[in-house]
Amino acid sequence: MKKEELPQDESALKNFTREVCYVKNDAGEYETDLSKGWNVKKDALDNAWDDVRNRVEAARNAVSTGEKSPVYYFMELQLMDLPILAGYTGFWKMTIRRHMDPNVFNKLSEPKLMKYAKAFGVSMEELRNPK
Amino acid sequence: MSKEYTHIQSAHCENGVTTGLLRHHDVDFMTEPLAFGIGSGLFYIHIPFLKINNGPAIAFRNMPGAIFKRTCDALRIKVKKIKFRNEETAKEYLDNKISEGVPVGCQVGVFHLTYFPKEYRFHFNAHNLIIYGKKGDDYMISDPVMETVTSLPTYDLQRARFAKGPLAPKGHLYFPEKIGTISNEQLRSAIIKGIRRNVRDMLYIPGNIAGVKGIRYTSKKIRKWRDELGTQKAGLYLGQIVRMQEEIGTGGGGFRFLYAAFLQQAAKHLGDNRLLSISEEMTKAGDLWRASAMKMASIYKNKNNSQQDFDAIADILLEIYETEKRAFQNLGKLKLS
Repeated sequence: MKKEELPQDESALKNFTREVCYVKNDAGEYETDLSKGWNVKKDALDNAWDDVRNRVEAARNAVSTGEKSPVYYFMELQLMDLPILAGYTGFWKMTIRRHMDPNVFNKLSEPKLMKYAKAFGVSMEELRNPK
Repeated sequence: MSKEYTHIQSAHCENGVTTGLLRHHDVDFMTEPLAFGIGSGLFYIHIPFLKINNGPAIAFRNMPGAIFKRTCDALRIKVKKIKFRNEETAKEYLDNKISEGVPVGCQVGVFHLTYFPKEYRFHFNAHNLIIYGKKGDDYMISDPVMETVTSLPTYDLQRARFAKGPLAPKGHLYFPEKIGTISNEQLRSAIIKGIRRNVRDMLYIPGNIAGVKGIRYTSKKIRKWRDELGTQKAGLYLGQIVRMQEEIGTGGGGFRFLYAAFLQQAAKHLGDNRLLSISEEMTKAGDLWRASAMKMASIYKNKNNSQQDFDAIADILLEIYETEKRAFQNLGKLKLS
């Protein structure tokens, strides 16, 4: 990439930082330059966030129809997946999958619910009845 | 020992921490490309079946932690690395070190870094930064991807150091403990060792998912994505590749420009101009990665796409496979000294 080809597109980096990129100067030598962003990446990031919003919305619906427990909704809301949630709660992935069943979830003990509440950063009340 | 730490901005966080810490200890010749090359940082792997953030698991560089370790080992620098079970012990250890005036490298989970824009705060646990002081409740942070220094309250730093999930940092701290004088001879042999190891990693790992063969593997996959996943999901998968490849922390072109810069610096240190033409080839690979990213973007932006668009991307990846294979074969043939 040549120095003059370095994109300077506005992105989520705005008000945070510019990023270092390695570019070639006129003499053909590499040097660093700062970029504000690149639309190609911005679109990828926007697209990923659209997907997150869709997943959260679908999870919210699944909870309100009684198909899934709030564990599923909060996992999506917190951008987690099973391995990550397993890390934060100490439960096995298989166990978490079971807890996503509303019938199982409703019978969970306080200490188990506490682990989820802590992992999601919500109160017990919010965990039981997500908005 | 108690001189103030000087912030260094870099493309990649681990290179930046390595460079920053070594320069702090008067290893003045250290640059980001050198740390990256001596640490054999360039890589490619596409792990089948594994999903990261609901997308393909692809990496353009080596395992987290490898660059710091290899670079220090090659220069015979003794390093201290420590992980913790207990969060309070981890905090005390850190507080002691910085009160002695020792800047330390620290592995953190990005999700808890409150100074990052929300858009970037995913659960990624292998970010690295330097902690160089404390004022009141705030730790003074030199995050290598940022233009300036920043700070983080104790509560947030603790959460970031004890983020959970894959690659959980477990409070990981690291710093050089003892640095002797490094001769030119040592530097040259470290560079050569780094190059040879990178040749091995890119060409000779068995199987078809790692090194240059991994690029060919991804190319094959992409050809099938439109039929297998539908355009919506295929677009997300491609977006994930672009983010791994170009997002803040790569130097552009999936670290290929950074490696090309390393080869230029290596040419100077070794007095060997043959490395310059291989640097050119790496630049070409980086440019091709950027070109593929633009094609990928047109897919996740326009939902009207055809199989031809996917084939075009797969073809560029094949060209990258050929280019990088040639570059590393040529690199492997050189008798460096």
